Amino acid sequence: MTDETPKSPEDAPVTDEASKAESEAAADVADKTAEPASEAKPEAEVPSKPETSAEVPEKSTEAKKVLTDEEKAAKIAAAKAKAAAKKAAEDDGPPKPPWELKPVPPERADADDDPDVVALAEGIEGSVLAAGRFAGDLTITVPAAKIVEICSFLKTERGFSFLVDLTAVDWPDREEGRFDVVYWVHRFDDSCRLRLVAVVAEDQIIESATGVWKVANWMEREVYDLYGIVFANHPSLERILTWEGFNGHPLRKDFPIEGIDTGAAIYPDVYPTGGGPVVKEEKGKKA
Amino acid sequence: MSGPETSLFDIEEMEINFGPQHPATHGVLRVMVKLDGEKIVESKPIIGYLHRGTEKLFETMDFPQCIPHTDRMDYVAAATNNQGFCITMEKLLGIEIPPRAAYIRMILAELQRLASHLVWFATHAIDIGAITPFFYNFRDRDEILDLFEEYCGARLTLNTMKIGGVPYELPDGWVDRCRKVADAFPAKIDEYETLLTENRIWKKRTIGIGVISPEEAIDWGLTGPPLRGSGIRWDIRKVFPYDRYDEIDFDIPIGKNCDTYDRYLVRVEEMRQSVRIIQQCLDRLPDGPVVARAPKVLRAKEGMVYGSVEAPKGELGYFVVTTEKSSKPYRCHVRPPSFINLQAMPAMIEGHLVADMVAVIGTLDIVLGEIDR
Repeated sequence: MTDETPKSPEDAPVTDEASKAESEAAADVADKTAEPASEAKPEAEVPSKPETSAEVPEKSTEAKKVLTDEEKAAKIAAAKAKAAAKKAAEDDGPPKPPWELKPVPPERADADDDPDVVALAEGIEGSVLAAGRFAGDLTITVPAAKIVEICSFLKTERGFSFLVDLTAVDWPDREEGRFDVVYWVHRFDDSCRLRLVAVVAEDQIIESATGVWKVANWMEREVYDLYGIVFANHPSLERILTWEGFNGHPLRKDFPIEGIDTGAAIYPDVYPTGGGPVVKEEKGKKA
Repeated sequence: MSGPETSLFDIEEMEINFGPQHPATHGVLRVMVKLDGEKIVESKPIIGYLHRGTEKLFETMDFPQCIPHTDRMDYVAAATNNQGFCITMEKLLGIEIPPRAAYIRMILAELQRLASHLVWFATHAIDIGAITPFFYNFRDRDEILDLFEEYCGARLTLNTMKIGGVPYELPDGWVDRCRKVADAFPAKIDEYETLLTENRIWKKRTIGIGVISPEEAIDWGLTGPPLRGSGIRWDIRKVFPYDRYDEIDFDIPIGKNCDTYDRYLVRVEEMRQSVRIIQQCLDRLPDGPVVARAPKVLRAKEGMVYGSVEAPKGELGYFVVTTEKSSKPYRCHVRPPSFINLQAMPAMIEGHLVADMVAVIGTLDIVLGEIDR
């Protein structure tokens, strides 16, 4: 990761230009100072050097070096002014199309007065912990304990008959609960979508939404498989992408990216049943 | 054509494995089926044989580095995978792409839809026993792949879009060659249709097979042609227009009888509509840059976004979570249409014959690379 490069997308182009101008100016200065210095040094060894460079006395190079700081500053200032003037000239011209301007990242907005949020808050007490809008997506944070009640309310009362996506996000160091379980629901009448976020602690069990939308079945299995979040009342909560006997949940942040040694279920007589990876002592022995 | 009501022989139910190495499963799909004679009593798809941990890999890569990995999910429709990811990132970063880039993207995406539907057509037909369409489809798919190759150098895993537009200007003469392919295409679709549409065997094998009602289809979360085949006029290109689809005139075909035959007709009509979109895009192709001015290192704000496109298989969505000023996704979840569509398969094939299961797998148009990720 390069921390010196633009800090955020919105100020990136500006800093780019300014720093470019700065570095160019600095490079100019460096060139000028390097020239006499490099020519002055081999002076004795290369007799065929032109008179002009040989004549340059040591003192003047030093004097020039002292000057360079001021000169550098002046150059940078000039370059900056030039860039600013260029920018001003550009501003005066015809308005640029959006794809030539610097991108404007979406802003976060409050969404407490959204009709769906209001209806949900009125329909089920204490169901809306927070509501916000980002990049056009409405997000409602809801208590995990009431998730099925909220889902069926949204489906029957508000017409969100389609569950588009269900997934989870891992925040290992968060105090209020490690996982976000994210529901993304759709209403056909006016093509409206909203996102429910339920915060779940590591050992907490969340109710399954399969009773509300059948499609939640495999999605919840995937979340269980990859994150280890247990869904209560799920018809068959089994691993889906990894194999039964796999130990660990790959999408947790503490799962190593290079993977783990899993021999379980393939060689039950070698590895403990239900056991997943080689336990540490065994691994030591093997090695 | 559903199975006989009573079993002919008084034997117990038999459990067999269908796959994972079976040509009719389009990859490494394994289905455990419980059979009563030839009739399917129960079935359970088992997936994950192609799991590569793509979502985990996304978390270690810069946003632009993720794009080549999206190619490897639905590998017969790489361009739409790229498009979905780029659109989501542009939504997150607030980048607006130039019109020329949007039009080039639409052309590529629709060519990709044609190519993907041709693979579906060929394999679906070959599964059911019609071998001839395969040769015609792959002959014509090659022309589309040639266009891709000319544009970006690759034929399958294209990596042909970038955040903020497309990476390259169209090569000289590409527009004319693309128009030639597009203009010739409707006649080719007619040719395919003569092989199957009114074919008695084809109709016998597909009509009334894998019926799923509109309500069930929504409950099972079907998207794309399987949902439209059940009579719901729903397409991301119309509902949440991305790129410049709102400027293009095209129709969304829907089915009536919710069966395999209707889904077949929907996809065939979709190919014609894709040709229409390509022709319109080529006519209107604007001038200008092909990529927006964006910083070299993209850094996002903290937030969650979901962006989706209409992939050939259905709604392909990307759910991206970022932390403040990060250049990598904290979490990038893919909503693969095949994964969700496959889930409805057991409900669709219950009571059918084993041979019909192959027809249903074909009609769902699954790609295992996308299911297992």
